[in-house]
Amino acid sequence: MAKTHVTMKVNGAEVEGLVEPRTLLVHFIRENLQMTGTHIGCETTHCGACTVDIDGMSVKSCTMFAVQAQGSDIITVEGMANADGTLSALQEGFRMMHGLQCGFCTPGMIVRAHRLLKENPSPSEPEIRTGISGNICRCTGYQNIVKAIQYASAKINGVEFQEAAE
Amino acid sequence: MIPGSFSYHRPVSVADAVKLLTDLGEDARPLAGGHSLVPMMKLRLATPAHLIDLHGIAALKGISRSGNNLVVGAMTTQHELLASEDVAKAMPILHEAALLIADPQVRYCGTIGGNVANGDPGNDMPALMMTLGATYRLEGAGGARDVAAADFYQGAYFTALEPGEILTSVSIPVPAAGHGSAYEKLKRKVGDYATAAAAVVLTVAGGKVATCSIGLTNVHETPLLAADAAKAVIGTSLDAAALKKAAAAAVAIMAPAADARGPVEYRKHVGGIMVTRALQRAASRAK
Repeated sequence: MAKTHVTMKVNGAEVEGLVEPRTLLVHFIRENLQMTGTHIGCETTHCGACTVDIDGMSVKSCTMFAVQAQGSDIITVEGMANADGTLSALQEGFRMMHGLQCGFCTPGMIVRAHRLLKENPSPSEPEIRTGISGNICRCTGYQNIVKAIQYASAKINGVEFQEAAE
Repeated sequence: MIPGSFSYHRPVSVADAVKLLTDLGEDARPLAGGHSLVPMMKLRLATPAHLIDLHGIAALKGISRSGNNLVVGAMTTQHELLASEDVAKAMPILHEAALLIADPQVRYCGTIGGNVANGDPGNDMPALMMTLGATYRLEGAGGARDVAAADFYQGAYFTALEPGEILTSVSIPVPAAGHGSAYEKLKRKVGDYATAAAAVVLTVAGGKVATCSIGLTNVHETPLLAADAAKAVIGTSLDAAALKKAAAAAVAIMAPAADARGPVEYRKHVGGIMVTRALQRAASRAK
């Protein structure tokens, strides 16, 4: 099958590659671009580990072809840190609130939470839980992931984060 | 899991897409949000030789008013439906049902056109469109035609779409002011298809149900309109006897498959409960 030339922006940098039409975006990112922060979990659109941000949308990159992303602007977990290399509010939240155990779901969680907070900088706890309902974590029971996002929300809004009483 | 090989096409007009579909014949499939088709392709349950990506066609996007109808372009996503104030105000049941489809990531991609055109009995929009009395615009080489949602579904994955035709928009009559509505969906987890679901749109006058329409999701090989169930509540105050009669009439037309969501008896039983709950909640919202 003839390969197609694709170009897109990933974490601010123009990238290009030759792909078969059937190449999934997640494989292009991991194999062609050698950016392995985006994980492959279930490969069936359920788990959300492969979530990337495409033109302002959270998308499961195992369910989109690389050719479909032609010309798009993509952010992966590698692009989450602040411009000066310090941890973003979300990354800091996951660190401070122990929002991960094995860490496999974390790239997808952080990229998804990034878009959630862009759309709604002050989500309620139910809004956070609904917002990350397309991401599966098998370790944490989600409690600390929710806290991590609350921490980031507080930091973004310039208020002190206070954990809800257990 | 990687799909089989195919050629990728990205037309920029409906006419070009129709021409490609017509010329390439049965080996070609239109690609909308792709969240049903791509997983099927990974499993090799679908092996199209050509994919015709509809994302390049700007005319297929957007929500507009036409008279008393809301016209939704086929490539409008569930996320865009949820973001629309017009949808939330004019037909809150569409907002409510869109929020119960899959998960946030899938809703950024999943389209109303794909949801209604695929003919999957598990999809939520078809029964809702039947309940709301929507019409689908189908465009092919011979021109455009309109088909009522109620006449569109012929069997699981079999619809009124002819080879070479694309569903381009959905036209939904805005329900009467003061109507009440509800979509009740029982599912095992976020992202699952319904074990059973019911859509209700009704109006109330003088404490009695004046008009009522009921749709059922995933309890038959096609979405269903439960006309007898709706008749059973019209003219009543939705008392216990009327609710019971309506649920029984709805259950009588259900023929779900036994699957991981439960045996036939269970799915029919909870289907009746979904009808009861949707009726009660719709009535509580009617003015």
